[in-house]
Amino acid sequence: MSLIAIAGRERLSHIAPPPLRFIGRHLRPLAVPIALLVIWELLARAGAADPRFLPSLEEVVARGVAEFSRGGLGFNLLASLERDLIGFVCGSVAGIALGLAIGFSRLIERLLGPVLLVHRQIALFAWVPLISMWFGGGEAGKIVFIALAAFQPTLINTWQGVSGIPRSYRELADVLTFSWFDFARIIALPGALPQIFTGLHAALIYAWTATVGAELLLNIAPGIGGRMNEGQHLFHMDLLLLCVLLLGGVGVVFNVIAGSLERRLLRWRIP
Amino acid sequence: MSRPVAISERGRGQSHALEIADVSKRFSVAGRQVQALSHIHLAVDKGEFVSIVGASGCGKSTLLRLVLGLDTDYDGDIRVDGQRVERPGLDRSIVFQEHRLLPWLNVEANVAAALRQSRLGAAERGELVRDHLHLVGLDQFAKAYPAQLSGGMAQRVAIARALVTKPRFLLLDEPLGALDALTRLRLQDELQRIVRHEGTTAVLVTHDVDEAVYLGDRIVIMHPHPGRIATILPVTEAVSRDRSDPNFIRLRDEVLSWLGVARTGNDADAELARRSA
Repeated sequence: MSLIAIAGRERLSHIAPPPLRFIGRHLRPLAVPIALLVIWELLARAGAADPRFLPSLEEVVARGVAEFSRGGLGFNLLASLERDLIGFVCGSVAGIALGLAIGFSRLIERLLGPVLLVHRQIALFAWVPLISMWFGGGEAGKIVFIALAAFQPTLINTWQGVSGIPRSYRELADVLTFSWFDFARIIALPGALPQIFTGLHAALIYAWTATVGAELLLNIAPGIGGRMNEGQHLFHMDLLLLCVLLLGGVGVVFNVIAGSLERRLLRWRIP
Repeated sequence: MSRPVAISERGRGQSHALEIADVSKRFSVAGRQVQALSHIHLAVDKGEFVSIVGASGCGKSTLLRLVLGLDTDYDGDIRVDGQRVERPGLDRSIVFQEHRLLPWLNVEANVAAALRQSRLGAAERGELVRDHLHLVGLDQFAKAYPAQLSGGMAQRVAIARALVTKPRFLLLDEPLGALDALTRLRLQDELQRIVRHEGTTAVLVTHDVDEAVYLGDRIVIMHPHPGRIATILPVTEAVSRDRSDPNFIRLRDEVLSWLGVARTGNDADAELARRSA
């Protein structure tokens, strides 16, 4: 069904006037998600699925309207985003700082490199029990967990970005008699920037995943994860599905923002 | 342009602009010692343009690295105005085969980067940068990024960056080697004009014999394994700067024969044709 829709739109884009062509091009990425929603709705309506386990799209939308108008879910979403942002900033600042230190200093690289490579092998969620013992299951524990999630990709990417500066650029810095500071400011930092952004981009997604993980696994608190716990225990499938859609939506928004920032700041890469 | 002066003609105690005395250099490659340079003697006078030609592996680029001061682990002595070279300095600039422009800086900023260590004020630096972009004919491209330039334009920016510090020595490490043939010919003329204009002493390393003859006042021919100077040929006034002049061709063939390529192009082609027949 979606295939036919895409093919039809494609043909349309060749003969259609510019505005239609524009819409056609921008709607194409949405074709499959929309098709999935339609299939969901059809299944629910045809009675093919038990409505207790798969509520119809209308029910979920109605739930969403009610939740947001009463302010319940909006408040929870803001609570999750705040937690996510604090953890992301703490973790990625630490990751970039340590990554730069390791990238610049052979000594620090030799001292910390092996430890960090081992640390990388440990699944993120394996830290949950430890963190809840050390920092408690409250707000502090959650933020530490989110920060840890953001820390890893920024650290690894910053480190690799700086140590990946080509030898020829280091030689150029020698020939131009650059000071260490000039080398860092003019060559190493801008050279590592694309990779630092890659790390930040990944950290943004990891942190958001960890936010929900922390809310589900640690103490119940206001947040999307908290509402999902509630949905699970009270058997509110519409609330659960609404939360899942919301998580995906926020993730997509993060991706778009990060992508456009990256393009703007790294303009020199595009001829 | 000054013509070569035999070393013996010079008065004692008067030092050359650049003096390379009995320089040898060994590398350790995979646990084995490789002799990259063996007993190199070369004196370059102020304002002179010296071409160094040789097959790859003859150590010509290594020699430039030593003169630059990027590598100080060698035997012998390299002196600039009587001072032993200990480290890189802004009196010696280099243009590499790849332009090595920083892709995140625009043309202007790339050239200005060479002035980071200069004591000049911002206005003077800006003027120097503008002058040198004008010198290489790229005034219109000051705000362009390297990714937007052709190979020849990027190499011109690299030349401007090398000259903006007003160096006494311009070292050229196959600077036109990566360019297409037409651009190379055009930039050879430009290089000659620019070096004359600036009055810089130049040492050019190349594997292009035509280029060596066309640009050099003297041609240093190096042989590999170990890297050593086979001979130094003067480019006399009789050799006009015309690539099809008989004297030019004679000198070019002499250089080629020193490099072990005895026949001229036509003979070699005939030989190939006969063999394949």
